[in-house]
Amino acid sequence: MPSRRTKTRTINVSNLARVEGEGALHIRLRGGEISELKLEIFEPPRFFEAFLRGRDSREAPDLNARICGICPVAYQMSTVHAFERLYGITIDPAVRALRRLYYCGEWIESHALHIHMLSAPDFMGCDSVITLAEKDRAAVERGLRIKQLGNAIVAKLGGRSVHPVGACIGGFTRVPRREELAELREALMRERDDALECVRWVARFDLPAVERDIEFVSLRHPDEYPMNEGRIVSSRGIDAAQDEFDAWFEESQVPYSNALHSKIKARGAYFVGPLARINLNFDRLGTEVQSAARQTQIAWPSSNPYTSIVARALEVLYAIEEALRIIDTYEPPSAPAAKFELRAGTGCAITEAPRGALYHAYETDERGVIRSARIVPPTSQNQARIEADLRELIPQLIERSHVEATRACEMAIRNYDPCISCSTHFLRLEIER
Amino acid sequence: MKPRIAVFKFASCDGCQLQFLNAEDELLTLASLVEFAYFTEARSRALDGPYDIAFVEGSITTPDDARRIIEVRERTRYLVTIGACATAGGIQALRNWSEVEQYKRVVYPSPEFISTLSTSTPISEHVKVDFELWGCPIDKHQLIDVVRSLLSRAKPALPGHSVCMECKRRGNVCVVVARGEPCLGPVTRTGCGALCPAYDRGCYGCFGPADDANMEAFTRLMASQGITGMDAVRRLRSINGYVRPWRETADAIAKNQNQND
Ligand code: SF4
Ligand code: SF4
Repeated sequence: MPSRRTKTRTINVSNLARVEGEGALHIRLRGGEISELKLEIFEPPRFFEAFLRGRDSREAPDLNARICGICPVAYQMSTVHAFERLYGITIDPAVRALRRLYYCGEWIESHALHIHMLSAPDFMGCDSVITLAEKDRAAVERGLRIKQLGNAIVAKLGGRSVHPVGACIGGFTRVPRREELAELREALMRERDDALECVRWVARFDLPAVERDIEFVSLRHPDEYPMNEGRIVSSRGIDAAQDEFDAWFEESQVPYSNALHSKIKARGAYFVGPLARINLNFDRLGTEVQSAARQTQIAWPSSNPYTSIVARALEVLYAIEEALRIIDTYEPPSAPAAKFELRAGTGCAITEAPRGALYHAYETDERGVIRSARIVPPTSQNQARIEADLRELIPQLIERSHVEATRACEMAIRNYDPCISCSTHFLRLEIER
Repeated sequence: MKPRIAVFKFASCDGCQLQFLNAEDELLTLASLVEFAYFTEARSRALDGPYDIAFVEGSITTPDDARRIIEVRERTRYLVTIGACATAGGIQALRNWSEVEQYKRVVYPSPEFISTLSTSTPISEHVKVDFELWGCPIDKHQLIDVVRSLLSRAKPALPGHSVCMECKRRGNVCVVVARGEPCLGPVTRTGCGALCPAYDRGCYGCFGPADDANMEAFTRLMASQGITGMDAVRRLRSINGYVRPWRETADAIAKNQNQND
């Protein structure tokens, strides 16, 4: 770790208590006012940042993938970029394009999963994707096709969609031939239409109309929609290099949760994810996606967290178009991966995971063995923002039944797609009146 | 009545249960054959047991989870573990060779708030397991096979031979011979279709030990490639590091190394 942080180590350590899985919401009301609100995350900690110490840095992409089965590509990408900075590796432009394609696959797959399997049942009054299929089979089948395409893209580059095996520091272990990538073309063309239909479908949902006072944070790149690279920007004027993350953001622990909270120093909660990316990078979406966005009747930038589902659908469309562009212009690189020398140093990187900015920072010794690791996942960054939304929502729920109040809170939380298990069934709502 | 299926999660990454949803082609058919009585990833309504089949993902790492798995077992007729976490303790079992209090201090500013066990252990150390599905993640075709067998009341059966044999079958170029790469293929169970060698890299053992893993021969093979001491230990102590043949071999090498130091 950089020395400026060593002194404050105790308040700056990150969590890897994953936010998927078990959680609960405790609310205490006194005279109609919230006197306490706690979003508890029980997900048992798995201590990645601890056991990474002493491991070879070249193992890190495979190990870190295991943090999240839903977005392993994101964990691999932030890992390899951080070590490439540390080792001073330059990436071949063709490899860079392949990584973008790899990320497109994960965005498509993860967003399609969230839209159709986790979120849409809420808006259609169903308890699961299975009952949703009884109501609107065409929409579910369309969602499954889109998801399958995302999985196929990831598997093309990494062999399988969960914990793919191809990514490594410097590039990939094996890169596809032109013809192999071209095999994706037909499905991409077909799913482009499906994605457009999906945007229209979610835009017709009865989204609660709220306005919230939110600071959005994402990467921004000079000429691309952000995925693997860019500066950190916010809707309130942050414009910082990736290695200035610690100057702007800090993590803290609350006694009731296994996930750390990340906040903007001196300002507090912020919002990362698809809605933040769209709000801050609308001009990088390309004309087709922009026109689809305008047709939704939502005014972009949007400060309504419920429009996240539309932002997600728009990103699916964007990722499909981007994937087409990449495979059409692809020329294989001269080598699948750049060669490099192990050395002692520090390096960090942020990439845009499906759920938002994912920060990694490492220190190695001269043999490339990891001395320290720090990982700040999107859900820990959104956690304070989720609590803030709930604080605004709850006063309106006081008169509602327990079932309805639970559902409304779950929907508010699901806007952030906090991770799969908790986003479907995560609430055990306790209201003390 | 349709068979009642439950999917439970303990310490894990969700990747194994995601394989149900990744079976896009089979998902809706499957849903018409069984009732997903408890599957939080897919359904917000949870039904109480008893369950005909429970799929368990994740390892036991907290006192609460150690109690919860016993309840799950009591409500379940046939219990299947899915993945390296549930079957072998998973990558989080690396804590088993360290001080968990120190781990807490590395990750959390206030470690006293965190309740965790000093070990990550497989489900079979806590309750009786009827079938174990290996892999990190499990392979979705193997998962569907197992579900099919169970629905037709047959005992599932999966091959236990090595990735190395699978490579020969697929006609992969051997990464050890051709590239001198380290590869756990000779002692790793098949199931992935020998994926890593097909992607020009060595296997890192995500499906756990093959039935007939010859650890002595493998230790010699590693040594011939210059992989000895803690380097060899590190390769075995990974995603499936806590499973017996690999654990014992790695512990023995580590002990030797310490004596020599
Ligand atoms: S075995 Fe691997 S894929 Fe399965 S839950 Fe554990 S870490 Fe995830
Ligand atoms: S080759 Fe080995 S590490 Fe690679 S996917 Fe197969 S079992 Fe897992």
